Amino acid sequence: MSEAIALPRVEEEARPRPAVRRVLGLSRDAWPRILMPLIIGIASLGAWETAVRVNEVPPWIVPAPSVIWATLLRDWHTLSVSLWITLQITFAALASAAGLGLLLAILFAQSKWIELSLFPYAVVLQVTPIVAIAPLIIIWVDDVRLALLICAWIVAFFPILSNTTLGLNSADHNLRDLFRLYRASRVQELFLLRLPAAMPLFLAGLRISGGLALIGAIVAEFVAGTGGRSSGLAYRILEAGYQLQIPRMFAALFLICVTGIVIFLVLGFVQHLLLRHWHESAVRREG
Amino acid sequence: MEKRFRNGTLALRGVDLDIGRGDFLSLLGPSGCGKSTLLRILAGLIEPSAGSLDWPMAVHDSRGAAKPKLGFVFQEPTLLPWATALANVALPLRLEGMARSEREHRAATALARVGLAGFETAYPRALSGGMKMRVSIARALVTSPDILLMDEPFAALDEITRFRLNNDLLSIWQEAGFTVVFVTHSVFESVYLSERVVVMAARPGRVVREIAIAAPYPRDEAFRTSAEYAALCRTVSLCLGEAIAA
Ligand SMILES: Nc1ncnc2c1ncn2[C@@H]1O[C@H](COP(=O)(O)OP(=O)(O)OP(=O)(O)O)[C@@H](O)[C@H]1O
Ligand SMILES: [Mg+2]
Repeated sequence: MSEAIALPRVEEEARPRPAVRRVLGLSRDAWPRILMPLIIGIASLGAWETAVRVNEVPPWIVPAPSVIWATLLRDWHTLSVSLWITLQITFAALASAAGLGLLLAILFAQSKWIELSLFPYAVVLQVTPIVAIAPLIIIWVDDVRLALLICAWIVAFFPILSNTTLGLNSADHNLRDLFRLYRASRVQELFLLRLPAAMPLFLAGLRISGGLALIGAIVAEFVAGTGGRSSGLAYRILEAGYQLQIPRMFAALFLICVTGIVIFLVLGFVQHLLLRHWHESAVRREG
Repeated sequence: MEKRFRNGTLALRGVDLDIGRGDFLSLLGPSGCGKSTLLRILAGLIEPSAGSLDWPMAVHDSRGAAKPKLGFVFQEPTLLPWATALANVALPLRLEGMARSEREHRAATALARVGLAGFETAYPRALSGGMKMRVSIARALVTSPDILLMDEPFAALDEITRFRLNNDLLSIWQEAGFTVVFVTHSVFESVYLSERVVVMAARPGRVVREIAIAAPYPRDEAFRTSAEYAALCRTVSLCLGEAIAA
């Protein structure tokens, strides 16, 4: 085939970027999303503080936010160590859930038989209440950290597996025909078609699992904590409960909430970065 | 040749077609008459339940299957949404294992041929329907196919874009000299483009008649408004009418 022939060129449109008004480096419509929850949060904290002070509620029933904050600063040393331990378990569980979930989903996509035989067991794992089997796992596995990791993993694993399996099978049929037409190998089809097509669902699963991994880690710590062998945030809550140090309990709870929110936001940001060019969920709509 | 689907639908019966090298052939027929099915059989995507395909000019590929080089244009653009226009066009070459710089060079050339130079880095969602279709055509052309199979490629486009893409397709075809099998349900499009119109009827899908369109190439807007064109369209329409009534 020889070189280009004269065809009418599609006019190259001038594509000016819509001028986004920026306030302090953030686009204008991003501000309400930050400000509104913040205002609600501050207002509720204010109401809480006032209610506690006016009614003179003792701190061992409901501590005021200012007391909780002071406790958080005072006990920061112990709490931060515990936070770090919980974070480690959460992230290790999330990473292994993502890795194994992805691998297993790829395996399922290779053979209907494997999927048919194994998927029900993944469901069994999912519906078994983690509180019920956590004690067993903690007895069976000598290393407490590893036992906690396994518990958190069990909780975090399923959304990734089921979402990715669905995603791998949802590649457009015409595109699959196209790959067959050009005699693509299975590996090529996997990497160039199925995995990218599964990406949005995988990431959505990851976002769900991020929160679940944290919950799994906390629940397992609670169970293990009764044996007194762990020192994650859940253990701090238990300990503070025994000692009636309620403000400290709230401080630990606050840290857990913040961690969960940060995980959610970070994974959302990753999702946006990876999908912004093409997926409907991540593309900013005009007008 | 025959095709019966697993659910018992007889989609094609007694189809016997001779397609010469370099031909421009249109398959014309009402919805559901098996045009897509026939095209998918030609592409090797499904097997006929009886009869066979012969490719005299076929080259034997690495797996020993005798098949010509095919290009396929689907009814929808069928692009990878996560890849740029350039990467989409380069896909068939990538699947062949061609080196990156070489395949990107060829893909850029193919994009320029369909009039999309300058849109290499655009993602499909930033392209109009007609532009996506052009990318899809560029992808089919990039491997320098012997046969180009097109399944109602312009059905979803407006008339102006459609006319322009018709003309573009004709000039690329004349220049490159591959064989085109073009599925359409538009009488006007089939007469304007092809050397031969194969009229099909439904239930069961079969070939009713082949009509030669003798008008010389290059064809242009003057041909579209000529009396000859109108007469040919009438003939084909009548034939199609009979096919539907039958
Ligand atoms: N996978 C399938 N399984 C069973 N029947 C099918 C299948 N694909 C197509 N058919 C049947 O075969 C017949 C021909 O279908 P085909 O898609 O080839 O029609 P077509 O001529 O391309 O129609 P259109 O112009 O609407 O695209 C139809 O009656 C359809 O119901
Ligand atoms: Mg069709």
